[in-house]
Amino acid sequence: MGSTLAQKVWAGHTVRRGGFGGDDLLYVDLHLLHEVNTPRAFDGLRAAGRTVRRPDLTVGTEDHNVPTISLTGLFDDPAGRRQAAQLRDNCDAFGIPVHRRGDDGHGIVHVIGPEQGLVRPGMTVVCCDSHTTTLGAFGALAFGIGTSQVEHVLATQTLWTGRPKDMAVTVTGTLPAGATAKDLVMTLIARIGTGGGQGHIIEYRGEAVDALSMEGRMTLCNMSVEAGSKAGVVGPDETTFAYLRTRPGMPEGADWDAEVAHWKSLRTDPDAEFDREVVLDASTIRPYVSWGTNPAQSAPVDARVPGPDEFATPEERTAAERALTYMDLRPGSRLQDIGIDTVFVGSCTNGRIEDLRAAAEVLRGRRVADGVRMLVVPGSAAVHRQAVDEGLDKVFTGAGADFRPIAGCSMCCGLNEDRMKAGQRAVSTSNRNFEGRQGKQARTHIASPEVAAASAVTGRITAPADLGDGRS
Amino acid sequence: MNRFTVHVGTALPLRRSNVDTDQIIPARFVPYFQLTGQGNGLFADWRDDPAFATNQPQYQGATILVAGNEFGTGSSRESAVWALQKAGFLVVLAPRFGDIFRENALMRGLLPVQLPALAIELLWALTEADPSTPVTVDLETQQVRFADRTEEFEVPEAARRRLLDGTDTIGDTLRHEAEITLHERARRPLLPRTRSAV
Ligand code: SF4
Repeated sequence: MGSTLAQKVWAGHTVRRGGFGGDDLLYVDLHLLHEVNTPRAFDGLRAAGRTVRRPDLTVGTEDHNVPTISLTGLFDDPAGRRQAAQLRDNCDAFGIPVHRRGDDGHGIVHVIGPEQGLVRPGMTVVCCDSHTTTLGAFGALAFGIGTSQVEHVLATQTLWTGRPKDMAVTVTGTLPAGATAKDLVMTLIARIGTGGGQGHIIEYRGEAVDALSMEGRMTLCNMSVEAGSKAGVVGPDETTFAYLRTRPGMPEGADWDAEVAHWKSLRTDPDAEFDREVVLDASTIRPYVSWGTNPAQSAPVDARVPGPDEFATPEERTAAERALTYMDLRPGSRLQDIGIDTVFVGSCTNGRIEDLRAAAEVLRGRRVADGVRMLVVPGSAAVHRQAVDEGLDKVFTGAGADFRPIAGCSMCCGLNEDRMKAGQRAVSTSNRNFEGRQGKQARTHIASPEVAAASAVTGRITAPADLGDGRS
Repeated sequence: MNRFTVHVGTALPLRRSNVDTDQIIPARFVPYFQLTGQGNGLFADWRDDPAFATNQPQYQGATILVAGNEFGTGSSRESAVWALQKAGFLVVLAPRFGDIFRENALMRGLLPVQLPALAIELLWALTEADPSTPVTVDLETQQVRFADRTEEFEVPEAARRRLLDGTDTIGDTLRHEAEITLHERARRPLLPRTRSAV
């Protein structure tokens, strides 16, 4: 029997098998850090008199709680400022490169890794952040870890972890016009649930996945963790190689050819078996939006808010009841009638250049509705530069949106000044519609950049196809 | 590393599923908590409700949290584990956990125990009727015992040994340093580095 891509990468990085009675000791090729979840890891390292084994395989960035309004913007939480300073100090002390705001390479941790050519097929990547799964788009094995594990990786460049099972999500056919990678992954999570991928690495495959750009694949893998899976991967192909070819630090000539040959060998063998398989028909996928307080509580934009009695288990019914109360929604009402006052385009899910292009395309010649605040935060400094080069900044500001000059997580997690107020309601291109995620008692509907921009125009949840051609 | 062998305590019923780590400790409490170990963000937004379980006098002193499905999904923040420990919890019982939360909990010695949904229902009912119901969590035999019931559970053997022995994981890993170095030497030569100087 052949092996899956995930099994190949896992086997290639196993330093010690089944040590500690079951877990494998995996070598880590790349360790990414951000300011929020790392201070205690460095404290622990120091307390034990240990050092960082491979600072040259480690990189830090300040993204979660930094102001994005300007370089001199103020932190509204002094602890946030201390965290950013501490990350710089910790990285400097141990010889780890760190991207500060204002640097060319600065940005959200999951956006900058690929941009700078640090993530390649077949690598293992870990970071103190659950959305590290994003990087599986390159055929790398990438997953989030906690602070104690960060300390362990800093000290040893390895990690004890249980071998996950293999799950295949095969997406047949072609996505219809107007349906995006975000709609695809939201449809999947609504179908398999927030625990549907638990204990598994999901490999996305099939015609519709092959047709996605690297940005789209990153969006897909990003939200793998919302289905509970350890990681998501896409087999490396010509799209992957073309993206990587233009990245800094790539090998040249015969070395490049040798790498590509190696990357090609990483695909799942035809006779490999998966522990679980899910098949989705891409042609049925429509623009999606969440109505509840976990990412599985989602539906097509043209659907109605479901009632608790539509769910099979008592647990789902209770969860739906709670979610409807929190979201202040009535069963049976149309999702398209839900009025919103905030729109956020950004995050590691949808803060890359293609996402900004898509949102700008919807906004071109249109205006953000009165009473709606639209915030656009680039995922990285490079995304910001590109957006300005393409004139997207003018489209956003011309339409009345707030286009931020500094990259960061901003309103995705409400850790900087961009948190929402109680009772406000957003369409957000981020990945989590949890209670209070974007601000205490704030309500979040997650969706694609296209749906977010269209909703900004009308002031209620809207798919771009329903905008008509009222462009000026 | 905290050791864990056998614990007998009382339980707090949390009749909710999908308790993500943003609910366990909202993000705004995380930076300060990470920096100082101070603050009290556990279930901060839910605690506003006087009827919320942690506000009930009869559950003060509970050391075992009994929650619904998919406990600890979402963000990888280990502060979710620390906040539970700071509030005195030693064990969380649930039908299923978020992966990273479970690994974090095992690293820190907060025992995450997966039990069938039926057992969780039963524990909810029992502890709501009598909050002083003793619950025994035994990592040696991998059993949870309450009333006249015994539920078996599994913890990855690796983590179980660590918890029983109170091993320093990093110290233990570093005993395999020769193997790590060997693997390191055999890595593909063209892999990227985050800076040019080594
Ligand atoms: S953008 Fe949001 S989800 Fe992504 S790393 Fe930042 S806070 Fe996490």
